Amino acid sequence: MQIARVVGTVVATQKHRTFEGAKLLLVQPLNVDDTPRGAPLLAVDGVGAGVDEKVLVVLEGRAAGEALGRKAAPVDAAIVGIIDAVTVSES
Amino acid sequence: MQIARVIGDVVATRKDEALTGIKLLILQPLTPARQLAGRPLVAVDAVGAGVGEEVFFVRGKEASFPFHPAEPPVDAGIVGIVDHWDVA
Repeated sequence: MQIARVVGTVVATQKHRTFEGAKLLLVQPLNVDDTPRGAPLLAVDGVGAGVDEKVLVVLEGRAAGEALGRKAAPVDAAIVGIIDAVTVSES
Repeated sequence: MQIARVIGDVVATRKDEALTGIKLLILQPLTPARQLAGRPLVAVDAVGAGVGEEVFFVRGKEASFPFHPAEPPVDAGIVGIVDHWDVA
C-alpha cells in the first residue's frame, strides 16, 4: 500500500456501472517525509475520505475491487484507510 | 517475494472493516547487499514483525491469503521474519 494525500474530487456521469455510487478521488502519493512522489492518480474511496486527508491507498486490482465491495470492478486503486499517524524510526 | 527492513508503522482508525486488527508497517525493500532497493511501502503484518527487523514480504492480492477466509483489501504483506541471510 502507499501513503497519499487526497488532492481533488472527480465527477463522471457516464461510467461503467460498477462505478455507480462510488466516490472518485484524486490522490497524490507521498514519500515517508510527506513530500510528493510521482504523478497524482485516481482512486475509488472505500472509507469516506475527504480532500486534504492523508490516506492509505491499495494499488492492486482485485484488492481495490474488494474495497469497493464489488466483484470484477474495473478499478486498480482504492482508498482503504484514513491515516492518523505515521512513525518512521529509521530510513 | 522480496526482503525488506521494517522502518516504521502507520495508524489508521477509520479504515476498511476487513483491516480491523491488522498491523500496518512501513517497509524499505533491500538489495542482497543490504542497500536500499526502491521506495518504501506500507504492508500488512501476518507474522508479528516489528520495527527494525528484516522480513520478507509478498506483493499482490496474495498478501491477503494469511487472513483467509477474510479478504482484506491489501497489496503487500509481511509473511516471514528473516533470522539471517547470506549471499554467496
